[in-house]
Amino acid sequence: MMEIRFFEEKVEELYLMKGLITGPAHLYFGEEAVAVGVASALKEGDLIISNHRGHGHALAKDIPMKEVMAELFGKATGTCKGLGGSMHVAISPERGSLFASAIVGSGIPIAVGVALAFKYEKSDRVIAVFFGDGAVNTGAFHEAVNMAAIWNLPVILVCENNMYAIGMKAEKAVALKNLAERALGYGIPGVIVDGNNPIAVWLATKEVVEKARKGCGPTFLECKTYRLKGHGIYDQARYRLRDEVEAWLKKDPIINFKKNLIGLNVLSESDVKAIEEEIKSELEEAVAFAQNSPILPFEELKNYVYA
Amino acid sequence: MRELTYGEAIREALRNALIKNPKVFLIGEDIGAYGGAFKITNSFLEEFGAERVKDTPISEAAIVGAAIGAALMGLKPIAEIMYMDFIPICLEQLANQAAKIRFMSGGKLKVPIIVRTQYSLGRAHGAQHSQFIPSWFLQVPGLKVALPSTPYDAKGLFNQALKDDNPVLYVECSLLYRVKGPVPEEDYTIPFGKADVKKEGEDVTVVAISRMVHEALAAANILEEKGLSIEVIDPRTIQPLDIEAIIDSVKKTGRVIIAEDDCKTGGVGAEIAALIVEKAFDYLDAPITRVAAPDIPIPFSPKLELEYMPNKDKIIQAVNSLLKG
Ligand SMILES: Cc1ncc(C[n+]2csc(CCOP(=O)(O)OP(=O)(O)O)c2C)c(N)n1
Repeated sequence: MMEIRFFEEKVEELYLMKGLITGPAHLYFGEEAVAVGVASALKEGDLIISNHRGHGHALAKDIPMKEVMAELFGKATGTCKGLGGSMHVAISPERGSLFASAIVGSGIPIAVGVALAFKYEKSDRVIAVFFGDGAVNTGAFHEAVNMAAIWNLPVILVCENNMYAIGMKAEKAVALKNLAERALGYGIPGVIVDGNNPIAVWLATKEVVEKARKGCGPTFLECKTYRLKGHGIYDQARYRLRDEVEAWLKKDPIINFKKNLIGLNVLSESDVKAIEEEIKSELEEAVAFAQNSPILPFEELKNYVYA
Repeated sequence: MRELTYGEAIREALRNALIKNPKVFLIGEDIGAYGGAFKITNSFLEEFGAERVKDTPISEAAIVGAAIGAALMGLKPIAEIMYMDFIPICLEQLANQAAKIRFMSGGKLKVPIIVRTQYSLGRAHGAQHSQFIPSWFLQVPGLKVALPSTPYDAKGLFNQALKDDNPVLYVECSLLYRVKGPVPEEDYTIPFGKADVKKEGEDVTVVAISRMVHEALAAANILEEKGLSIEVIDPRTIQPLDIEAIIDSVKKTGRVIIAEDDCKTGGVGAEIAALIVEKAFDYLDAPITRVAAPDIPIPFSPKLELEYMPNKDKIIQAVNSLLKG
C-alpha cells in the first residue's frame, strides 16, 4: 500500500511541478487497500482486469514500478511500450493483470468472457474485474453481470465505491443505499466490505474467490472507500464537502494499517522507516529508468496493429 | 468585432439557447456541478437549475435514448457525450434510432436532438480517448454532422443545429477550445452543407476538416512566402457535404489535397476524393492526395502521437510533391 501511495505522490509531483508526464492520470489515493486486498487473495493463474484508475492495481499485482513509471512517460520500456499511458498501465498478462479499459464499464463484459473460457476449459481459475461506482450504470455492466450470473461464471465483480464518478455522487446516480443490492436483481450474492481495511478486503475476496473456484459463480463485492483527491490530476474536487473529506482522511487506510501493525507489534517504527526508505529509493530508480528510456520508433507502431 | 475562444463561442450559443427556448435542456455526464469535462457548461447548473442541466450517470446509450424520447415529445435536447470515442456506446441509439425514426415513421415523427461531442487528439489521452471518427457517420442517412473549426463557425453551426429538426452530431475539437476569433453578439446561423473558403488561392486546393483547417492555413502562409498560392476550403458539415464548392475550387486549381485527422482508410477524405473523381476528373492535373492519420490506433506516448498526427509540415510536403509530379 505504501508503495502505491508513494508512487502516486511522485506521479503528482512529476505532472504538476515538473511537467515531465502529460495526459490524464487518475490517482488512487485512499483506495490502496482495495487493490492490495484483492490482489493478495488471488493465486497464480488468476487474472484481474483494471480500468482507468489502474496505477494501484498494477503495483498490487507486482508489476515493477519502473515499468509502470515508464508507461506514464510514454516510453518503450513501459507496460504497454508507451502506447497505453496512465489509463492502461495495468496491462501485463504475464503477471496476471490482463487488460485495462478506459471506457467505463467496458472491462466487465471482457472479464465475463475470460471467465467463460476458464469454465470451458474446466480450470479453477478466477478473474477479478475492478470498476467504480459509476460503472454500475453502464449498459455493459448490466449485460455482463446478467451473463455471468446465468452462466455461473467465476468472476469477482470488484466495485470500488469511492463515492464519486468524476463529480457525480454515487448516491445521486443510483437509487439504492448500497450498490451491492444490485446483485440481488441478477440472482447473485452482493457483499459489502470496508474498502479502507486491507485485511477485510483480503478476507472477503478470499472467501468469494474460493466459492467461484468451486463453481458457485460470481459475486458482487462492494468495497466502500473514498478517493482522497480529485478525479484526475487536474481536478481540485471543489464539489466535495470539507467535512466529508476530513472524515475520510481520518480513515486513511495506510495511516491506520501502519498504526495497527505497530500496535500489534508486528512491525516496529524502525521497520516502517526501513520499508519507506526502500520504496523511496526504488521509486527514484524507477523515475530515472523512465526518464532515460527510449520511446518506440514511429515505424514500429504498425507492427502492433495486427497480430 | 469582439473575439471569443472556440470554447466560449460554444458556451455562448448553448447559454443563449437555454435562455431563449424553454424547450431546450442539456443532458450529459458531469455537465452540472462539475461544469462539463471541458468546462463548457460551467455555472449553467446554478443559472438554469437541475431540470434544464441534467447530470446523468455514466450511461451513454441512455443519454442519447432519453434525448430521443424527449425530442419525440417536442423538447429540444442537447446531449453531451464526453469523448467521441464513447459514441460507439450509443451508436445504436444514434444511428438505428435517432437517424431512422423519421424515415420509419413515414415522416410522422421527428428527432430534433443535438449530440455534442469532442475529440482529444494531441493531448496524450491514449487510443480510447483521442479518436476522430467522423467517417463512421457518412453511412448514416438521417443524421447531420457538423465539424466547426473556428469560433465563428462554432456558434453559427450550433445555432443552425438548434433550428434543425433532425438529429445533429456536432463534433468539437478539444485542441481548438482556446483558439480565438471574431464572433458576433447576435444569434446568426450558418447553413448546413455550405463550405467556407477560409483562404483563396490559385495553385492547390486544400480541403481541410476541423483542426486541420488551422494546419492548412499555417501551411498556406509558409508556402505563400515561396510564391505559392493555396486555397483552403472547410466543408464545415460532412453530412450534408458541399461538394459543389470543392469542385469549383478544383476546377480553378486542378490540384487537391484533403487534410483530416481521421485514419486515411475509409476516412472522410476517401469519400471526397471519390466525389471529385466522379464529378471533376477532367479538371485534375495531378492525383488527389490525402494527408490523414495512419491506420494505427493512437499511441499514448506524446512524441509518437505528435508523429502520428497530420500537420502543416505534412501538408507542405504533399503540396511540394504534387507540384513536382
Ligand atoms: C463509457 C465512458 N463514459 C465516460 C467516461 C469518462 N469518464 C472517465 S472516468 C469517469 C468516472 C468513472 O467513475 P467510476 O466508475 O466511479 O470510477 P472512479 O473514477 O471513481 O474510480 C468518467 C465519467 C469514460 N471513460 N467512459
